[in-house]
Amino acid sequence: MAYILGISAYYHDSAACLLKNGEVIAAAQEERFSRIKNDESFPAEAIKFCLKFASISLAEVDHVVFYEKPFLKFERLLETYVNFAPRGLRSFLKSMPVWLKDKLFIKKNIARALNTIDPNWKKSRTILFADHHRSHAASAFYPSPFEQAVVLTVDGVGEWATTTVSVGHSAQLTLKKEINFPNSIGLLYSAFTYYLGFKVNSDEYKVMGLASYGTPVYKQLIYDHLIDVKTDGSFLLNMDYFDYCTGLKMTNKKFDKLFGHPVRAKGEALLTFHKDIASSIQKVTEEIMIKLTQSLYREFAIDNLCIAGGVALNCIINSAIRQHSGFKRIWVQPAAGDAGGALGAAYSVFYEHLSGVRNVDPQADGMKQSLLGPSYTRHEVIRALSAYGLNYEEVEHELYYLKIAEYLAEGKVIAYFKGRTEFGPRALGCRSILADPRNSEMKAILNAKIKFRESFRPFAPAILEEFADLYFGEGSKNRYMLFTENYSNNSQQASNAVLIPGAVHVDGTARVQIVNQVHHPDFHKVITAFYNLTGCPAVINTSLNVMNEPMASSPEDAICCFLNTEIDILAIEGLLIDKKSRALMI
Amino acid sequence: MNTLVEFFHFLTQRKKYWLWPLFIILITIGLVLVAAHGSVLAPFIYSLF
Repeated sequence: MAYILGISAYYHDSAACLLKNGEVIAAAQEERFSRIKNDESFPAEAIKFCLKFASISLAEVDHVVFYEKPFLKFERLLETYVNFAPRGLRSFLKSMPVWLKDKLFIKKNIARALNTIDPNWKKSRTILFADHHRSHAASAFYPSPFEQAVVLTVDGVGEWATTTVSVGHSAQLTLKKEINFPNSIGLLYSAFTYYLGFKVNSDEYKVMGLASYGTPVYKQLIYDHLIDVKTDGSFLLNMDYFDYCTGLKMTNKKFDKLFGHPVRAKGEALLTFHKDIASSIQKVTEEIMIKLTQSLYREFAIDNLCIAGGVALNCIINSAIRQHSGFKRIWVQPAAGDAGGALGAAYSVFYEHLSGVRNVDPQADGMKQSLLGPSYTRHEVIRALSAYGLNYEEVEHELYYLKIAEYLAEGKVIAYFKGRTEFGPRALGCRSILADPRNSEMKAILNAKIKFRESFRPFAPAILEEFADLYFGEGSKNRYMLFTENYSNNSQQASNAVLIPGAVHVDGTARVQIVNQVHHPDFHKVITAFYNLTGCPAVINTSLNVMNEPMASSPEDAICCFLNTEIDILAIEGLLIDKKSRALMI
Repeated sequence: MNTLVEFFHFLTQRKKYWLWPLFIILITIGLVLVAAHGSVLAPFIYSLF
């Protein structure tokens, strides 16, 4: 029995996962416990959860692995300062103390933190370190349903690499080529995220959402001045316009001058200019990724592609790759960001360090719907409800789903809580806010009254697999909301299909979650009940949280979200709480 | 100290001998900065960490 604990931390979105004989049995992000969005601190609570889930102590874990190599990162840092000297002095003065006091000693810090969790875990025990992009690549390939695949990882930066290409075959993963810092698609996208006044390494998805409202009028300007893209999709950035190598910002004054506007201040109105900028960088990134993947398909002549790294969370790009690259099948790791690095590092140990045997199921990936986090018993839920003075109605079996469907059909917004928390950034029907997608006003209602977020942000549909082809065409099989599908070209032509304008973005696309009866039976029942009542086989599914907060994990998190927003109903582990009846009660 | 020794081994393995003197100089300056700062606040720079 081999237990492997994977850890990602000290950068952003720290996480832990536990493999048992090569099978992922638990994984969680620290933010879900600490309630700090993208929490970067050591994932002590996530580790404790993993151990509790497996009913083992830390001392019983066979291998501990960290998802990147701090020394390599430090080497990159030093060489970058040397290359750009004397520029970067201010940045050096700020960063060096952090490294010399803390980040260079990550191994020691991890050992100390693990020893605090379990004093029987000796500080002298070996801690393994995997390359950052190796961790991403492993997270993309090993749990995929493919025996053989090209594996592409694209993010901001790891140690040196920003983009890597590997080929996976059975339990072997071989690195073929890489693009190194400072040339980075992820950092290019993040530079524009910064320029648009959003938070770097956190709000990139806002740029993606905003892009649909603009026109890519600055696309050629970006190609002419910022990036040189080669025929095989490799690229070089023009560092004259960026500040991230040596400065404390992502872009510089030359960048502002190029586009004729300063960096958008926080809270400043979003103008047509900003929407066009978002649209332009989205289009450029999309075109680079298409070029890159087309070239990989030609070069390796393998039909399967696996993708991970932060850029893989850009579902518009994933769809463009699926449409244009030539690859027949694409699998994207649902926790494609750094949280998933913990998982990849652990897989890497199992298959590469321990020579584990890989059994591939072509019908199902190894991520278990990404439902890998903590779950709570009804007793725990009732205790939490009582602590908040909430009355509940206990409803069993099919009646529970019927009642939820009736509430949805009445236009009510439901906080839905069931089973294990999702691992990764998407709510997939266990910590979700559900609403009726037939109502085109629902987006505005949800954004303003419940999520408290920007009006341009879209909502996604979760649809019964049986109806996915009818609404979104035959390509739509993704269960993790990682691809956008074209809604308008399909469903409006289909006879008798109930339209779902509330779950469609302004550009006529939707980031669809396909719900399968076998793999996600509970959520399938919710949507089936809604379908039986209304003829609509989809619901709006968005994460159970408000803006700038992590997704709910515990019953208490869900209750707080329910009470602090205008959500009408809380449906939690077979219990229903109606806010109206609560108001009457008070 | 173990970490510093490990880092020197790492530089040797990577065959980046030219980084040794630079590393020593930078470490010296860095240590002075650490001593001068007292507490360390991480600056928000995307690519550094």
